[in-house]
Amino acid sequence: MILKRWMNGLVMVLIGSALACGGGDGGGEPAAETGGEAEPAAAAPVVDPATAATIQGMVAFEGTPQATTEIDMSDEPACAETYTEGPPMTEGVVTGNGGLANVFVYVKEGLDGGFGTPSEPVVLDQRGCRYRPHVLGVQSGQTLLIRNSDPLLHNINTQSTVNRGFNISQPQAGMESTREFSRAEVMIPVKCDVHGWMQAYLGVVDHPYYTVSDGGGSFTLASLPPGTYTLEAWHEVFGTITQEVSVGAAETAEITFAFSADMAKDAHVPLGEPLVLHAHMGFDHQGASVSDSR
Amino acid sequence: MDWTLPLNASTQGEMIDRLFWLILVITAIALVVVEIGVVWFLWRYRGREGRRARYTHGSAVAEIVWTAIPALVVIFLGVYSGRLWAQIRGQNSFPEDALTISVVATQFEWNVTYPGADRELGNGDDFTVRNRFEIPVGEPVIVRLESEDVIHSFFIPQLRVKQDAVPGMIIPIWFEATRTGEFQIACAELCGLGHYRMRARVRVRDQASYETWYQEQSAAVEAAD
Amino acid sequence: MATIVAEGTGTPVLELEHEIPFIRKYVFSTDHKTIGIQFLFMSLFFLLVGAVLSVLIRYQLAWPGKAIPLGSALPETMAPDGIMLPEFYNSLVTMHGTFMVFFAIMPLLVGVYANYLIPLQIGAQDMAFPRLNMASFWISVPAGLLMLASFAVEGGAAGAGWTSYAPLSARPDLSGVSLGQQMWIISLVVLGLGSILGAVNYITTVINMRAPGMTWFRLPLSIWALFITAILVLLAMPVLSAAMIMLLFDQTIGTNFFLASEGGQPLLWQHLFWFFGHPEVYILILPAMGFVSEIIANGSRKPIFGYHSMVFAIIAIALLGFIVWGHHMFQSGMNPTLAMSFMISTMVIAVPSAIKVFNWMGTLWEGSIRFHVPMLFAVGFVMMFVIGGLSGIFMAATPVDIYIHDTYFIVAHIHYVLFGGSLFAIFGAIYYWFPKMFGRMINATAGKIHFALTFVFFNVTFFPMHGLGMGGMMRRIYDPQQYEHIAGMQDTNVLVTLGALGLFATGLFFLVVFFYSLFWGKKAQANPWNATTLEWQTPSPPMHGNWSEIPVVYHGPYEYSHPEMERDWLAQNERPDVVSPVAHSTADGS
Repeated sequence: MILKRWMNGLVMVLIGSALACGGGDGGGEPAAETGGEAEPAAAAPVVDPATAATIQGMVAFEGTPQATTEIDMSDEPACAETYTEGPPMTEGVVTGNGGLANVFVYVKEGLDGGFGTPSEPVVLDQRGCRYRPHVLGVQSGQTLLIRNSDPLLHNINTQSTVNRGFNISQPQAGMESTREFSRAEVMIPVKCDVHGWMQAYLGVVDHPYYTVSDGGGSFTLASLPPGTYTLEAWHEVFGTITQEVSVGAAETAEITFAFSADMAKDAHVPLGEPLVLHAHMGFDHQGASVSDSR
Repeated sequence: MDWTLPLNASTQGEMIDRLFWLILVITAIALVVVEIGVVWFLWRYRGREGRRARYTHGSAVAEIVWTAIPALVVIFLGVYSGRLWAQIRGQNSFPEDALTISVVATQFEWNVTYPGADRELGNGDDFTVRNRFEIPVGEPVIVRLESEDVIHSFFIPQLRVKQDAVPGMIIPIWFEATRTGEFQIACAELCGLGHYRMRARVRVRDQASYETWYQEQSAAVEAAD
Repeated sequence: MATIVAEGTGTPVLELEHEIPFIRKYVFSTDHKTIGIQFLFMSLFFLLVGAVLSVLIRYQLAWPGKAIPLGSALPETMAPDGIMLPEFYNSLVTMHGTFMVFFAIMPLLVGVYANYLIPLQIGAQDMAFPRLNMASFWISVPAGLLMLASFAVEGGAAGAGWTSYAPLSARPDLSGVSLGQQMWIISLVVLGLGSILGAVNYITTVINMRAPGMTWFRLPLSIWALFITAILVLLAMPVLSAAMIMLLFDQTIGTNFFLASEGGQPLLWQHLFWFFGHPEVYILILPAMGFVSEIIANGSRKPIFGYHSMVFAIIAIALLGFIVWGHHMFQSGMNPTLAMSFMISTMVIAVPSAIKVFNWMGTLWEGSIRFHVPMLFAVGFVMMFVIGGLSGIFMAATPVDIYIHDTYFIVAHIHYVLFGGSLFAIFGAIYYWFPKMFGRMINATAGKIHFALTFVFFNVTFFPMHGLGMGGMMRRIYDPQQYEHIAGMQDTNVLVTLGALGLFATGLFFLVVFFYSLFWGKKAQANPWNATTLEWQTPSPPMHGNWSEIPVVYHGPYEYSHPEMERDWLAQNERPDVVSPVAHSTADGS
């Protein structure tokens, strides 16, 4: 036991030094990819456009969602002012048209490797004391560009467990920092300690086939090679649902993930295996609905 | 350049300020005596042709005098400070039936919890506000300080209140505001990169206005249940 | 008028090898003088590092969030486009304190002058353990470089303050700093080892190697101060090292000494740190007091006033210094009843400090004062130390400390003690013993300019901090304008920064003067200040082994203006009462 802890400590130091020496060696391929989570489809040069398949779907939601509550931003007037059409509300469960928004959908199994790394960065913006977007994906090795659009301090504290986390600050508007994640990890919580309500989730995957459901719950994964895949839908409160789907050449498959309000009670929300150096270093989720994240 | 203590707005602040000015007067006298003495000696006994220093190894009388005088002064200050300290932080100094508020510090926020209708913390009807600290004027308030992560320090300059919030401890302090106004809680213990911005709005309200605010907030909690 | 006799024991000195290869003479030297000089260069370098960090801190406080001139050269993790980040500011604050306390002032006082002066002032040929002495220097160098290197690692240098309060220092997930904090710990543990080795050596040397006739109460006050300081180091440093290792274990292998969530106790760190930390404060001031006593007696041409009471004051400060640590923790959550006893012991410790100040004044009284550069700095020390000492009374008074604690009042206090006190004394000591160390004089005019500028800029920098503290400005905040109660004092912050810039420029001027004098200064005589202690009774610089003949001591260290003497000084190894045809002056350094 003691030995294991020693090893953990040692591993942490080794990981640290490896990262410090610039461990990321991806991004070697100059393929012209449009990247980005909205249009990940064009990112895979290995897929023949003539045979490329599409998975379209819907994240359905049943039941009464938890009420969203107003965020008290009164001590940050610069942020509060930006909400001219009603006060800022919490973002835990957002539904519309019977669908669930902010669900991270990605191909979990069934893909072979060999996807290039997009050269375009994925942008995480901080505006109006909110992360925009609330849920986002990035490919391993791809650049995550973190921007502060607010004229005040935000810190960006990633609580990753597979990748090395970071905790940096951006005290002024217009500041930008870039980071990369070398390994796949679904999901990495991102929070701002200055504004306790600010929370984002970042999914790191090894390929371009991921997306986030929109306000009505719908999503599209395009330019897939034909095949059989295991898809996972991840939500911060309701946990995960996996489904298998087959799609032939140039076909479009339809799929529905059915979440319901009572899933919140015993949902398991995967946030990576915590490095248990101290119990407190694991991610301590504030949401009452998460029973066990370890 | 406003080199003075900020406006005082608490009963303890009056005691603290009085002691501060007393010490300032005593130390100022000591300072002037020493500095002027040194400068005067430097001028008076500057080396000149034909002058020779006085050959002496000291004087027991002088030693006794300048041991005794500082000793008496510091003992006086010690006793005086001790009495005030007991009135501010002593176990018996805490007023009975004071409004008790819980303040939990985290990186980098102040979470302030008020008791619900039963006026006792921890019975499920409490409500919590973030970065806001509202208290009534003229009524003693007990703050139970906690921290969730690292050491913070609860500092309200105008109320002359400062106490570290330590993880694993619940530290009570009390004070009584003497005037209404808007102030700030400032974190006074380095707590990480957001330390410099870990602040909260303090409102000392008159009784009626406090009661209105309190009823509004607790009603909102009941509505949510 | 009696003839003066300087006598040796007649016993020839130990045969010391005289053909020493270069590397053993200048690099891995066991000669206490060389090691002292090596420490001098090392600590002046780290003093410069600490000063650069302080200028960056002050720039940010005067013009928060404005791009630092040339700051865009700094990496993106410290100051993107030259705009300082809060985490870098925290590292600056931490490393400024760490470098100044552990790598500049402490080695300047103890490493340099304990090494250089102890054998010379007690009439010994070298330290008791010369190789241990060499080891203590060569342990300190990598420690300092490791500390400096921590700026370059991922996450940056340690940022939890020089006091590194746990749990912030113990939990990388909360501070954002992991490797930097571990390097900080390891560096200080290594440095601590070097200090402990040094302390053992100093204590042994003073006890065992005094020249014939050098009784305890004939020791110069600098030796008394260094001796007591070494005892403080020996007792306090291991506590720090132990606490550091506990902190390292909390960080890396999952122990929970200081982590409340697992049953540890955050206040334990503070108790351990300050149990070391307060004696450390006296480690940083007692030797300074010793040097100042030396210089003031010389400058006044008088025996030190109340030699015995000076010695007992040093001992009293050292003893009391171990039971006052709790006064750093009045607002920490420590039991308020305990605070009462710490307040009393803290008040009491003001008394021996006052005794020393009055004795220095007594020494000036009816003297025949010479204003050489060391004397200017020594008098400057007394004048500034008084301010630092008196401002300490505010913090000792627990109710006032509620308000003053963790504000700029404390910052002002510590700088009046450590800069106005320790560093003024160090400058005095550098000017005073420079001729002995290097055989050359520092130009007196340049020295006087250096003193005047330092004195003025020091006060411009640090005196207004009292006002900032009274206004309630907290320590270690990156942007004072975030708070209503201090935003109005920005002009004071600008003034302080201008003072700091002036002080920094003055420091650079000193370095130029120092290095110029090293190579082109006027040749120094053996005893340029007409001083009485033993180190001046041998050539400048002294030969390997220090003496041609081990001196014999006849009386106390400060026999200035002895009535039976024509000249106004009588060296410790001279007898005014014996007429001898072989009488010779030892002042010509033959």
